[in-house]
Amino acid sequence: MAQTKSHPSGRKFPTHIIVFLAPAVIIYTLFMIYPLLDSMRLSFFAADSAGNEFFVGLQNYITLFTDELWKPRLWGAFKNNIVFFLIHMIVQNSIGLLLAAILTSRFVRGVGFFRTIYFLPTMLSVVIVGFIWQLILSPLWGIAKGMMEAVGLGAYFQPWLGLEGPALIALSLISVWQFIGIPMMLFYATLISIPDELLEAATVDGASGWQVFWKIKFPLILPTVGIVAVLTFVGNFNAFDLIYTTQGALAGPNFSTDLMGTFFYRTFFGQQLQLGNPTMGATVATVMFIIILTGVLIYMFGYQRRIQTYEL
Amino acid sequence: MNTKKLPRWLGRIPAYIVLLLAALVALFPIYLVLINSFKERKAIFKTPWALPIGDVFSLVGYEKVFERSNFGLYFTNSLVVTIGSMFFILFFAAMAAYALSEYDFPGNRWMGLYLAIGIMIPIRLGTVSILRLIVAMNLVNTRTALILVYTAMGLPLAIFILTEFMKQVPGELKEAARIDGASEYRIFWLVLPLVRPAIATVAVFTMIPIWNDLWFPLILAPSEETKTVTLGAQQFLGQFVSDWNAVLSSLTLAMVPVLILYILFSRQLIRGLTAGAVK
Repeated sequence: MAQTKSHPSGRKFPTHIIVFLAPAVIIYTLFMIYPLLDSMRLSFFAADSAGNEFFVGLQNYITLFTDELWKPRLWGAFKNNIVFFLIHMIVQNSIGLLLAAILTSRFVRGVGFFRTIYFLPTMLSVVIVGFIWQLILSPLWGIAKGMMEAVGLGAYFQPWLGLEGPALIALSLISVWQFIGIPMMLFYATLISIPDELLEAATVDGASGWQVFWKIKFPLILPTVGIVAVLTFVGNFNAFDLIYTTQGALAGPNFSTDLMGTFFYRTFFGQQLQLGNPTMGATVATVMFIIILTGVLIYMFGYQRRIQTYEL
Repeated sequence: MNTKKLPRWLGRIPAYIVLLLAALVALFPIYLVLINSFKERKAIFKTPWALPIGDVFSLVGYEKVFERSNFGLYFTNSLVVTIGSMFFILFFAAMAAYALSEYDFPGNRWMGLYLAIGIMIPIRLGTVSILRLIVAMNLVNTRTALILVYTAMGLPLAIFILTEFMKQVPGELKEAARIDGASEYRIFWLVLPLVRPAIATVAVFTMIPIWNDLWFPLILAPSEETKTVTLGAQQFLGQFVSDWNAVLSSLTLAMVPVLILYILFSRQLIRGLTAGAVK
């Protein structure tokens, strides 16, 4: 590789490097980096009724965090988003790890078959998944009710998506159902890369399967837990499609399923009763940006570094 | 010895029960939608779990979907947008990845980091300004707008993965070509086929989120002529929510292309995922 760095043309101006980089850098900068920065700039502006924009400093943020109309929506969406994230972390990642652990134990046959099936829902559009589950949970069709009756739990069935408390939990679990393939696959890849000699040595020393898992495998998958956590965090704090599809932009009932993504959409685009407000939308987007960036930075400088020193 | 062997054999049963149960949970909702989309209305409610054979078989749902919506057009739009974006993502990402992996120019590391920001930061957060930009370019309600935005969205991860793979291409080949007087552009075309597996992996990774996206079609191109399948299905379903035949058929129509592609390419995709994670 080292020789490639001095090419025959000597110190000629490297036009080709610019040609190779230009298309990607231009499109990426124009449609991703510039809009992200410009959104932050817009969050310091407001528009009058004629549409002229003027600088207002931190006023949008003050409104968002203190105004009686905005504050409850912001904190509601944020808290719901935390619940959404926690349910993913607990349910999705523990089941994903369990499945990966079973699939990597040596006696299991048909690994490829099971992996393909578990990953299938992840491929589908969130819109499709949302509608499918809306149908399954619908009391009209009675699929969920019938299944619960078959195992003697019929009395516990409720139209969860329409109830203020359970709707958010139900939607979180629907999302878990869809995306469980991702942690399963990442854990699988990590577990399969653990050298056989290590596991054999432990077994020869008399360790049980359970001990091997907790004492040897689990410490080795901790870095993957971090990756899964940060991917889940970014995905969850950016989620929109599922809520919009099943509950509408108002994230009903009574905003109980409102996430940062739906809050951002409503603020920017408006809804039946309220006009859209681009600069407030940009403010919400900037708050989301800060939340996501905080998560990513905690992972990069807190978690990842600690794990590395631990391994050394 | 005997007492030890028996529990081990028995111990495998719970593992298989868990695996099968998880497979059933993953599949039954999809199965129910698929089979019931081929049934008449009464049978959907009466015998939802039965196969659509005999009297209950009916295509009425599909007839309704094609009568009342432009599903064919939505498919075309999704295809044009997905394939167009994929072409630009793969081509431009391969070029950029080649520059990053091949030449040690000043600022190489910073350029790599700059291009990687988009892996973690969702492009959606810039939507307010993206819409303004698209309005200013007079591209609202065009498929071009979607292709441009999706290209920007897909580039960071594609560049990151392809750079890793291009670093592994042996230097001898390139050196030999240089000695023969080949231009740098010619060498790029020589290297490209060598990373074909990586390009295929990136293609599957970038295709799925673009095909499935609801956000940008909803905001940048919601007109009837430019609707994608995901947006078309979302609005159709919202409108005909009480017409079970039509709902189940449109869900099936929106699902089937992805299912077919997945069955064809799942091996490649899963290999890519596991390989990427090990690294």
